[in-house]
Amino acid sequence: MAQYKLIHCTINGKEVEKMVDVRASLTDLLRNDFHLTSVKKGCEVGECGACNVLIDGEAFNSCIYLAAWADGKHIRTLESLTGPGGEISDIQQAFMEETAIQCGFCTPGFIMTAVEILETKKLYTRDELRKLLSGHLCRCTGYENILNAVEKTMKRRLGVPVE
Amino acid sequence: MYDLKALYEAESVEHAIRLRLEHPEAQIIAGGSDVLVQMREGKRAGKELISIYGIDAMRGVTIDEDENIRIGSLTSFSHITRDPIIQKYINVLGEAVDMVGGPQIRNIGTIGGNTCNGVTSADSASTLHAWEAIVELTGKNGVRRLPIGDFYIRAGQVDIRAEEGEIQTAILIPKASYENTFGYYIKYAMRNAMDIATLGCSVNVRLSPDKKTVARARIAYGVAGPVPMRAQSAEAVANGAEIGKEMIDRFGLAVLNDINPRDSWRASKAFRQHIAVEMAKRCLFESIKRAGGEI
Repeated sequence: MAQYKLIHCTINGKEVEKMVDVRASLTDLLRNDFHLTSVKKGCEVGECGACNVLIDGEAFNSCIYLAAWADGKHIRTLESLTGPGGEISDIQQAFMEETAIQCGFCTPGFIMTAVEILETKKLYTRDELRKLLSGHLCRCTGYENILNAVEKTMKRRLGVPVE
Repeated sequence: MYDLKALYEAESVEHAIRLRLEHPEAQIIAGGSDVLVQMREGKRAGKELISIYGIDAMRGVTIDEDENIRIGSLTSFSHITRDPIIQKYINVLGEAVDMVGGPQIRNIGTIGGNTCNGVTSADSASTLHAWEAIVELTGKNGVRRLPIGDFYIRAGQVDIRAEEGEIQTAILIPKASYENTFGYYIKYAMRNAMDIATLGCSVNVRLSPDKKTVARARIAYGVAGPVPMRAQSAEAVANGAEIGKEMIDRFGLAVLNDINPRDSWRASKAFRQHIAVEMAKRCLFESIKRAGGEI
């Protein structure tokens, strides 16, 4: 017999209330109930990072996070980065400039981890960034351009010269 | 959707104990990075789950009234690594759990889950063994504390009494264990991220005041046997010994008396034995250096 739970949370800054099936993952909730399709269904076992979202500022693979746990949490997906006039954010722009995207499937997950990294306002080395981004798989780019995009945005935001 | 029969969410430790007694067949879920994946694979499909993830009282690192470092069982790996108490007194634990999976896994994975699943390859387990951690279990009859070495019974099985409604509530590091002690952890794996240890080795030392001899050395492994284990004959070689290259070599070789790795698809027994010696030496070398010794 199906079991439901009423949850209250904020999704991309908006307070919402939803009756969730307790069997649902957070990926299911975000995609099916809120049509936030930047949250990709990849491996669904927490290995590829395509479903990554921010929960209270930390990156989580939403495929292995129960929708019922979202109660009381602040959830952000890639859609939250859109400006009021539909503009894209600096990190998305950098992904375009650096050709850090090919098929695009891994991109929302990578960008949300990048947001977590950028919000620490710390200057990381290339090796540190590599480790911080290691929870994502990309089969197109070979990662170098993704690292370039994140490094460039980090330096721009911190006012550090970009080579 | 997960193939789960029912979800019971505990709001407090007492509530979790009650739920456990009411639903003896149910599986406890903390962060879920093992349980949900196994459910997806069909291994735990159709089960009832008792979620303890929402019990915030079981999160965080503190120093208790007996000066133990107390790590709430639901503290995530990333929070352990960033915690100032961990960084000050047992930095090696923060470094070890910073090698688990990848960043998102370290945000969801908990130290309680990492130990309760009874897996030998757990990155926290060898360090917790090497620091003689105490596992705190809370059940209907109150709190039970036992040394982590006794907590592990066999591969995949730990001493938690479901019939008493027990859950693991904290891991403690006694002052006698962490005081003036410095350690180092090496994880040997095929990849730098998102991989399981082929072998894990954690060493720590306390040096004599003049930093010429090892006052106390402890070493433990993951994947050197069915459960994480200490290497006591190696410890005996180092305890009280004068610091030097020759002693470190003898220490490394002595681990072969203690460990019992197996052939698996990840690596052969012979290979694991080979790297076990080298990892012991390197870990001891680094631990001595961190303790201020010269080699």
